[in-house]
Amino acid sequence: MPKAHTPLDVTAVRKDFPILEQVIGDKPLVYLDNAATGQKPEAVIQAIDNYYRTSNANVHRGIHELGRRATEAYEGARERMARFINADSAEVIWTRGTSESINLVAASWGLANLREGDEIVLTTMEHHSNLVPWQLIAERTGAVLRYVGMDDQERLRMEELEEVLNEKTRIASIVHISNALGTINPVEEIARMVHQVGALLMVDGAQAAPHIKVDVRALGADFYALSGHKMFGPTGIGVLWGRRELLDAMPPYQGGGEMIRVVKKEGSTFADVPHKFEAGTPNIAGTVGIAAATDYLDDLGFAALATHEHEVVKYAVERLGEIPGVRIFGPRDHMERAGVVSFLVDGAHAHDISTILDSEGIAIRAGHHCAQLVMDHCGTSATARASFAFYNTLEEVDRLVAAIQSVKRIFA
Amino acid sequence: MSPTSLTALYQQLILEHYRHPHNKSELPDVGLQSSACNPVCGDEVTVQLRVQEDRILQANFTGHGCSISQASVSMMTEVLDGCTFDEAESLAQRFEAMMMGDEKAAQDPSLGDLTALQGVSRFSVRVPCALLGFRALRGAIASAQDRDDLEGAVH
Repeated sequence: MPKAHTPLDVTAVRKDFPILEQVIGDKPLVYLDNAATGQKPEAVIQAIDNYYRTSNANVHRGIHELGRRATEAYEGARERMARFINADSAEVIWTRGTSESINLVAASWGLANLREGDEIVLTTMEHHSNLVPWQLIAERTGAVLRYVGMDDQERLRMEELEEVLNEKTRIASIVHISNALGTINPVEEIARMVHQVGALLMVDGAQAAPHIKVDVRALGADFYALSGHKMFGPTGIGVLWGRRELLDAMPPYQGGGEMIRVVKKEGSTFADVPHKFEAGTPNIAGTVGIAAATDYLDDLGFAALATHEHEVVKYAVERLGEIPGVRIFGPRDHMERAGVVSFLVDGAHAHDISTILDSEGIAIRAGHHCAQLVMDHCGTSATARASFAFYNTLEEVDRLVAAIQSVKRIFA
Repeated sequence: MSPTSLTALYQQLILEHYRHPHNKSELPDVGLQSSACNPVCGDEVTVQLRVQEDRILQANFTGHGCSISQASVSMMTEVLDGCTFDEAESLAQRFEAMMMGDEKAAQDPSLGDLTALQGVSRFSVRVPCALLGFRALRGAIASAQDRDDLEGAVH
């Protein structure tokens, strides 16, 4: 039985987000572009502000009070993030975001381990940030890319994954929740299948972290990447989690300060994980901000926010689905979908839909969502995407639906 | 953004060109061709020109995208008929000026139906949509000039 929880008080929660109180033109803002980036609660904004006002210094250097505070904030944030995803703090590497996390694994693990003819398994559901780093590394190493496709509800074809995996597979890198569709992938099952052929699994968790409780141990992945700004923290900060023994064996990604032990003319020795992968002065305020976001999310409780989000997304799929000429992509069962409703309106291009919605104060994204393989599968070059967070309401869905009627009036 | 500016954006003439584009087919005896795409939204157009020396006899296009990009390139192919490359370039410049909000450029009759796109200038994020066709046109003309340079170098 699911754990009992207090239902989310959305009216109260919305007051935590100063940006949501705005009026765009003469209409109250309806922010439905959360898959692009989440808005920031007061707690995150204040934590960053407070850090710069009271604790700013460089980390792991100054033998002075501010240096001590900054280091404590930075390493404390790492411990907080480790608790958030159920990891060991030495396994939490700070990066600029999901893209850099994936690039780090592709470049460091990939160059050290991939040989000609080795296979990398990807899917057509991936964001470009989980495609291009692997394409680049495949070109350098002679490794081969294998793709798993989607079914008619834009879910992964698990039988195709089964077929593609073989003894030449070295790593699979797969999205947890699709940014373009909202499809939730069965990561535990994928991990079991990938491990059966002796390969590793990297998971792009950028869209998962704002919607569901991520437990890297329970998922069974080997690497997991996420971004601060998608989970209501600041931009420019993200996480690479990896299993300790893998990280220990991997060569450094970038060279510089912070990541060394001893530097001599002939060469250098490197710090232990996680610092081995953190060259240069890091985004200290970013780590403070993302840690505040984890506190905020855990205080609300993922059970409560997911219940509310499912209700809103289900309502959006139903209401949009009732409009003649509207085509919705992704799984029909709303429990297989998180946060995203990607759609098209007959006769109207996604870009035009977005402009008309903007004139109603509604922010959505139009385009290929950095997922051109998804667009190819859907047979379009662009979709309109409404993406939701726990602070969105049923009334906002009504506003979206009303605005789609304006689109239909213009493009009928 | 007011409903008025939205009406100014989506004029009937634009929607007409979007629904029933002019000169949208592949030319059989294509002289010059170039494609342009907007990586942000995935809109793509290819402009083909049948030319005699530096005069455009026929301009056609293929591609896909939003109402603004598709109407703009459809309107553009209409006004290019009979233009020299220099005249086409000055049309491109006047159209760009109109997109930057130049009211006088918008009065220029040589822009033809393109003046209906004046309202786009108030939607800065949509200006690249309107300019897509002209980017492809410039590419096509540049390819002719590259070819002439190459021929010049051979002789």
